[in-house]
Amino acid sequence: MSYNKEYEQIETGYQAVRWHEPVIYNLGRHGIINEITPQADPEIQAAAKYDVENMIPECMRRKKEPSLPELSEPEVVRHYVRLSQNNFSYDSGNTVGLGTCTMKYSPKINDQLATLPEVYELHPFQKDEQIQGILQIMYELRTWLAEIAGMDEFTFQARGGAHGVFINAAMIKAYHHSHGEDFRDEIITSAVSHPANGGCPAALGYKVITLYPDPVTGDIGIEQMKAAISSHTAAMMMTAPYDTGVFDSHLKEYIDMVHEVGGLVSLDQANFNGVIGHLRAGDLGADMMHFNLHKTFSTPHGSVGPGTGAVGVKKPLIPFLPKPLVIFDGKEYHTDYNRPQSIGKVGNFMGNIGSVIRAYAWIKALGAEGITEAASMAVLNNNYLIKKMLQVKGMGIAWANRAKLQEARFTVEELFQNTGVTTFDINRRVIDYGIISYFESHEPMIVPNPITPEPSDSVTVDDLDRFAEVFDCISKEAYSNPEIVKSAPHRCALHKVLDGPLNDPKQLATTWRAFLKRNPDFTQAKGI
Amino acid sequence: MKKKVGLIVNPIAGLGGSVGLKGSDGNNIVEQALTLGASPYSGARAVTALKVLVPLSSNIELYTCYGLMGETVSREVGLEAKLIGQPRAIDNSLYNRLKSTTAQDTIETAKEMLCIGCELILFAGGDGTARNIYEAVGYKVPVIGIPTGVKMHSAVYATNPRNAGELAAELISGQICQFIDGEVMDIDEDEFRKGRVSARLFGYMKVPLSRVHLQGGKISISSDPNSVKGIARTIVEDMKPETLYIIGPGSTTTPIMELLGLPFTLLGVDLVKNKKLVANDVTKKQILYELSANSHAAIIVTPIGGQASLFGRGNQQIGPEVINCVGKNNIQIVATQAKINSFYGNCMKVDTGDEKLDSELCGYYRVIVSYKQEIVFRIEC
Amino acid sequence: MNGEFVHRFLPNSAPETKRRMLKEVGIENIEEIYAEIPENCRFHGKLNIPQEPTSEFAVSKYLRNVLGKNISTDKMISFLGAGCWNHYVPAICDNINSRSEFVTAYSGSEYVDIGRQQGLFETASMLGELLDMDVVGAPVYDGYSACGDAMLMAYRSNGRSQALVPSTISRDKLDTIKLYSSGWFDIIQVNADPKTGQMDLEDLKLKISDKTAAVLIENPTYLGFIEEQGQIIGDIAHQAGAIFITSVEPLSLGILTPPGQYGADIAVLDAQPLGMHQNFGGGQVGFIACQDKPEMINLMPCWLYSATKTVVEGELAYSWHALYDRMFYVIRDEAQNFTGTSAGLWGITAGIYLSLLGSYGLAQVDKTILYNVNYIRKALNSISGININRFASTPFQEFVVDFNETHRTVEEINTALSKKGIIGGKDLSKEFPYLEQSALYCVTEIHTKDDLDKLVIALKEVLA
Repeated sequence: MSYNKEYEQIETGYQAVRWHEPVIYNLGRHGIINEITPQADPEIQAAAKYDVENMIPECMRRKKEPSLPELSEPEVVRHYVRLSQNNFSYDSGNTVGLGTCTMKYSPKINDQLATLPEVYELHPFQKDEQIQGILQIMYELRTWLAEIAGMDEFTFQARGGAHGVFINAAMIKAYHHSHGEDFRDEIITSAVSHPANGGCPAALGYKVITLYPDPVTGDIGIEQMKAAISSHTAAMMMTAPYDTGVFDSHLKEYIDMVHEVGGLVSLDQANFNGVIGHLRAGDLGADMMHFNLHKTFSTPHGSVGPGTGAVGVKKPLIPFLPKPLVIFDGKEYHTDYNRPQSIGKVGNFMGNIGSVIRAYAWIKALGAEGITEAASMAVLNNNYLIKKMLQVKGMGIAWANRAKLQEARFTVEELFQNTGVTTFDINRRVIDYGIISYFESHEPMIVPNPITPEPSDSVTVDDLDRFAEVFDCISKEAYSNPEIVKSAPHRCALHKVLDGPLNDPKQLATTWRAFLKRNPDFTQAKGI
Repeated sequence: MKKKVGLIVNPIAGLGGSVGLKGSDGNNIVEQALTLGASPYSGARAVTALKVLVPLSSNIELYTCYGLMGETVSREVGLEAKLIGQPRAIDNSLYNRLKSTTAQDTIETAKEMLCIGCELILFAGGDGTARNIYEAVGYKVPVIGIPTGVKMHSAVYATNPRNAGELAAELISGQICQFIDGEVMDIDEDEFRKGRVSARLFGYMKVPLSRVHLQGGKISISSDPNSVKGIARTIVEDMKPETLYIIGPGSTTTPIMELLGLPFTLLGVDLVKNKKLVANDVTKKQILYELSANSHAAIIVTPIGGQASLFGRGNQQIGPEVINCVGKNNIQIVATQAKINSFYGNCMKVDTGDEKLDSELCGYYRVIVSYKQEIVFRIEC
Repeated sequence: MNGEFVHRFLPNSAPETKRRMLKEVGIENIEEIYAEIPENCRFHGKLNIPQEPTSEFAVSKYLRNVLGKNISTDKMISFLGAGCWNHYVPAICDNINSRSEFVTAYSGSEYVDIGRQQGLFETASMLGELLDMDVVGAPVYDGYSACGDAMLMAYRSNGRSQALVPSTISRDKLDTIKLYSSGWFDIIQVNADPKTGQMDLEDLKLKISDKTAAVLIENPTYLGFIEEQGQIIGDIAHQAGAIFITSVEPLSLGILTPPGQYGADIAVLDAQPLGMHQNFGGGQVGFIACQDKPEMINLMPCWLYSATKTVVEGELAYSWHALYDRMFYVIRDEAQNFTGTSAGLWGITAGIYLSLLGSYGLAQVDKTILYNVNYIRKALNSISGININRFASTPFQEFVVDFNETHRTVEEINTALSKKGIIGGKDLSKEFPYLEQSALYCVTEIHTKDDLDKLVIALKEVLA
């Protein structure tokens, strides 16, 4: 359909760039050479007996050089600067829509500190006496987080939240094994917990029992939990509060019930942002948990990483933590590798140190008062948004009678039934009005046509007003002229993406060479 | 690449319902219903569904029947259609036009659509129509039911006409890769009118599962073939010796028998002990007889039909006496996640015939949905 | 909310704004919402951490002070490698990967986060060229977990109960793979040829069977040298019906034969050398690549950024939802994968590095490394007591230095070296007891002749 400005009922706001940045292989010029790295010292070259090619055994010598792009230095810069401008980051604009991601301001001073040479040029295998500074920060952060979470020890080796859940699941296994209770082969989780809480234990061989919240109360319910618990229960791995913003009224009871049968409790605290200082996993009785430093603790998301899942445990689980642990003898900091019961390693080295420094700096900048206030702000912002959103025609909210903490799950099922416009259509139209595409829901989508925004704490009230305004406008469009929404986006660099190839391994192409093989006649159109 | 889609409308479906007649199958029903002032709305619902497909018209090659069985609907919506089957005589009498459509028409048209190579048969009707289509195409082609009948116990319908259209649109535009086994059931109408429910499981049709359009319930894309294999593996691994296993009907339980290498009945109850066959397709009497000789027993059963019926529809052989003898704690429920999701949030139901037993059976149960995966699901009174 | 707490990170803490918002929500105090949390879950105490906020200046000062206690490798001459390598990071890499738009982006759709999706697609494309393989996934946590993932892929493809790995892989990598495989299959180490250090083919043939799910090799190995028998090992693996996995070092692929050309079904790598600083081990980023076969692609455990078309002819889009149904985000416990947020920023940086250097620059780095390594090995060999030929194989950027004849421990030597401003190679004595007092020395393009000469002089002094 032809689209013109009359369809816009409100200003379009921040607009992403609208050109097609050519794929890098179509840029540059043959024969350009960028002299970036040094040649070997002439004396060294002279001292070599062979030509360097002949230093490699013939069978392993690369015959044909790899086909890499040939761009001059300024061209590389321009290409990547333009790519960056084609991204919708927290710093670019309104990211209220990205629920469960906890988008918040990443203080730039933290970036400056985390990229100092004293960090960037540190090797993880340097002796303890050479890395006292970094060990001190790791130790101090661990002490603060232990206090904030009500736990006894922390490790920063997980590179993301799911990685943290994996560590917890592995420790559960090791713990029960050490007690001769390998018969415990069941993990209980909920459908409104992050999918990692099912995926990680399954990857370690556990049977996973998934519980669904009651459609009315939003709680799992004691009766349902009773049906799931047995003498084979190894642990309950649950997100609290839920991705829906609902806090299960019986969480403490579930924890007690699991303990009663000898199981452990692991709380995924990816959604901690609304309850910092108001609740501690340790006080609830959790044996272990994790925070997402790149969510609650402001470390930047980095285009899907690097991040850190800070795993916290109570005393009985400490022996099982990945090695090394950072310890303090009163005078100096040490890396303790002597941990015979440790689950070992989950990856190279000690994790993403940049997150540790940034999280520490964020807590320091706010203090206990400030981080508790940040949580309150996140909850206030969310509830303000809920008020505004519910004024939109066709918009509903799941579990309407429950208070919502840091986020909420809205539903446009009513709008869909009346107009045929789905949440996926709306998610392409919002871009035309300058806000980021939103998060619908994790699977399973137990709420139909879902929308899950999360304002978090560092958003402005104008962003919240704008967010609701955009939905109001699109709702009006859906009721009067649904085609505009269904054929969106209209003011984006791209038009509607063809999904078919993405679901067929014979058509998808993760590399340019694969794409060319499959589409030999493809020519990229110029301009928009 | 145009996709061939078949449309069959049963114009009588649902006719009786609005005026309190149970079902529309009998010979006099049409007359009675019209006399009572019923107007056929099956066509109107088909129109709602079909409207959703209009934007995709360039991708669709629509086949339908003459007259009220599809032609009028497609014309009203503005979708070009190739007409198959017998042309209808033009008749001013609604009664005559309705009366002239028969179950035989449905069966033959569906067969022809299969021959032509239709990739989807969209039908408007109830369990009766579903049964007809099943007779014609079996599991060979995906079907979507636009719910218009009174009896809708089969698991082949979308929740409402618009959703049926959306589901069809998803399938046509290549977004669907998952299908579930939709039970085709029918309730004996005479019995029904006498106040007794007697449901039979006829077989299974292939029904697409929505990924994109969320129809008031949960969705998930676990692949059914893997899930049922996983379920079978779990059950067989946990089978205890000297225990009689009563394996209920359904396509979810038959892989258990297949894994054991035993003959089975899709629509009947089979008995297994020590991983060997005891008997196929048993009656309630036979089950009770075997139970009397066995001190340990278990029932493996799966909810059947669109109404998530665990006992009482399609498996009446597992009657109240059997359940009481085996015991509530020895009932193991199995179902794929996709099947659970297709219940759109509704709980399982039981109708054993013994009300006291029914209320005792209510509560939460662990349901095996795949290998080493379970959920908790409820039986509601 | 006690009183008027206002903070620079919390825009709506401005008192008037907060009041207006409370009014709109219809509450006096945010406590009214928190009341939803059952009392038995509430924390009402004071957290035992510093209570008050701090100015940016104070935060910076404190942290700079503490971090200043570190002695980073730029203040010494470092010969540490072992998976985290000290290569030159071009200025553009840091410049671009500190841009807000990349640093603070997350999971926008293919319509809004075009930069991230195109950037990662382009990196995957370049890695595909280095590997000579057509399918490259999105970043996973690091090289070690990529290995673990690859082994799980092999297991899921054939369901067999064992995997064979070289005995020369690092103990940390072995630990990681063991953790990933726990409950599914056993890890069996294949002996190394005592002379060359490369895989002992006889032992491989002995240990491989129809129970073998996968055979893994590293190239170059953890101990630095090149495995020359890749083709043969791959053939043996394939004959037994096992999946052949190679763990490679991307920088070396400017000059070494890529695994796609000697039979690899799956290749994994850590792209830290491609534009990431050592960062105390925080610069790691893993990639998994596989052959272009649907059954393999379906097993890939990471996001897949695919190029695709739109409804407009000639328009390219990039989407990270390719084959989304494999992911645990969709099928939860059935997926057997669980990598979420990993290292996207580093993934994009690798693309910047590769496109800046190009194949010429890559070969250049490799040549410089080989020259430097050649030079230093000769020089070290001339020091009495030192043996650099413990393994008679060609090294790339690392090699084992055997100090046993010096009758000094690596610990002592390294302590003495550090007093002279040199960080010696990684002590291998605990990791591989049979090597006794040996160390893993890493020499890259950043080492000048001066640096290398200083090492020789220092060692001579220390060992005198």
